[in-house]
Amino acid sequence: MSTTAPLDVLAVRRDFPLLSRESHGRRISYLDSAASSLPPHQVVAAMDSYYETTHANVHRGVYETAEEATRLFESARTTIGRFLGAPDPAREIVFTRNTTESINLLARTWGEQHLGEGDAVVLSLMEHHANIVPWQMLAERTGVELRFLGLDEDLRLDLSDLDELLDGAKLVSITAMSNVLGTVNPIHDLAEAAHRAGALIHVDGAQAALHLPHDVAELGIDFLSLSGHKMLGPTGIGILWGRAELLADLPPFLGGGGMILDVRTDRFLPAPAPQRFEAGTPPIAEAVGLAEAVRYIEALGVDAIHAHESALTTYALDRLTSTFDDGITIYGPPAGDGRGGVISFELEGVHAHDVAQILDSVGVCVRPGHHCAKPLMRHLGVAAAARASFGPYSGHDDVDALVAGLEQATTLFL
Amino acid sequence: MADLEELYREIILDHYRSPRNRGELTDEAALRAEGFNPLCGDEILVTLHVDGDVVTDIKISGQGCSISQSSASLMSAAVKGKPVAEVRKTIETFKTLMTVHEAQLEDSGDAPEPEPVDLRSLGELAALQGVVKFPMRIKCATLGWNTLTQALDDASL
Repeated sequence: MSTTAPLDVLAVRRDFPLLSRESHGRRISYLDSAASSLPPHQVVAAMDSYYETTHANVHRGVYETAEEATRLFESARTTIGRFLGAPDPAREIVFTRNTTESINLLARTWGEQHLGEGDAVVLSLMEHHANIVPWQMLAERTGVELRFLGLDEDLRLDLSDLDELLDGAKLVSITAMSNVLGTVNPIHDLAEAAHRAGALIHVDGAQAALHLPHDVAELGIDFLSLSGHKMLGPTGIGILWGRAELLADLPPFLGGGGMILDVRTDRFLPAPAPQRFEAGTPPIAEAVGLAEAVRYIEALGVDAIHAHESALTTYALDRLTSTFDDGITIYGPPAGDGRGGVISFELEGVHAHDVAQILDSVGVCVRPGHHCAKPLMRHLGVAAAARASFGPYSGHDDVDALVAGLEQATTLFL
Repeated sequence: MADLEELYREIILDHYRSPRNRGELTDEAALRAEGFNPLCGDEILVTLHVDGDVVTDIKISGQGCSISQSSASLMSAAVKGKPVAEVRKTIETFKTLMTVHEAQLEDSGDAPEPEPVDLRSLGELAALQGVVKFPMRIKCATLGWNTLTQALDDASL
């Protein structure tokens, strides 16, 4: 990933029309990119153009637009695969609906084929429900044991018992970055440890794709799941990447058109990967949009985005702690390396839901709640936290609006 | 901001800061029900004593936002010492308040109240009117009430 110049936030913002609207009469400060990032107009335009000039179903028609649609769809696969450092995109990139579906696909195919009683899957306490519940459902069906890596005082992974947890494990499934804590996990090291123990590693990359380098070959991982809408793309599309030789042996996921080579009344012959996992008409326009999002991210540079968000996170943590001192509890590692642009916090005396409501009244969009990570929230001992999260279009003025809104909240609830 | 001030009226903030009838009745005779709002993690435990047909005591515990906690606190003050039939009526009135169309809100404040006791309790409860303008918060406001309803239903009262 080549880095060009540092991000010019004001220039970047011009690509995001939604940011020029007002919310409750104020400039909108969108601080909820961990839930869903905004699409730049290039992405919307690419999808519009596809629908207005090209749309046809893929892999079937021989007419010109159908050929074009197929070519656009398949070249999106290549673009996205190249972005992820996939050695063989045409065989390794599976289009799904979102990260959740990618992980369910993995659990239902690889999991059911390879895991049973006496086997173990290693997760962590900071996982999103999407990387817990599919494995729990698998455990109910197969008896596979689920083990959880704990957290240390800084809310990073506690790796002190990693070797014990890996003993007998066949899979490590772990997030690259916590959607609550902002903790960035040492995926490369975990991959090495998993492989030493004879296990494979799947990475939930939903939070990382836009913000962190994620070359699958460099990380040395086996599977990766992503959501388009968390990386400046549209909703309704996700990615499961798997090493070609691993995907090649998996049974199908959903059945239907597009995933077969042949069907008779008494049997069917599945298509090779990745089509084997893409039953039904795929998200074609969304694939076109996601490929455009990837080109947009590459033009900004993932490293530049990461550097920008790191600096902004450090600024936000400084401002929050210097303004509210003991009146705010921030859940996550200290600023610096291994800390992404997600800040979850509790403001003393003001419930997260009220915090979000008051911030909304001044145009600041944050999210209250458990952030689909209830095991983590139980570990932290909090029912609900407010969360501010950044994207390449977030700036110091957004952080300042956040802090000013929080000051209003404390005044109101004093 | 005007809407926000209407949401966070002083009486609501007061009941949030100093909730009434806070705690739990732990004896066997106490009716109890738990309520959850899975979206925001709010939880509430309502315990109450019904002697004859009167709610003689009620305690609220749990945790949540200012709206869910103050609404439950206001509710406890409104129903304590009241006959069950009247409590049921208050619940109904409150839930109507929470579903009433915004345009009708103007009128409801001037509506004549039947009894002095109701006037006082509904008067305080009317402070929650502002919630209607924030649809996501209606579930917060009704959590305690639905939980009380559950406790009464479970006891066939």
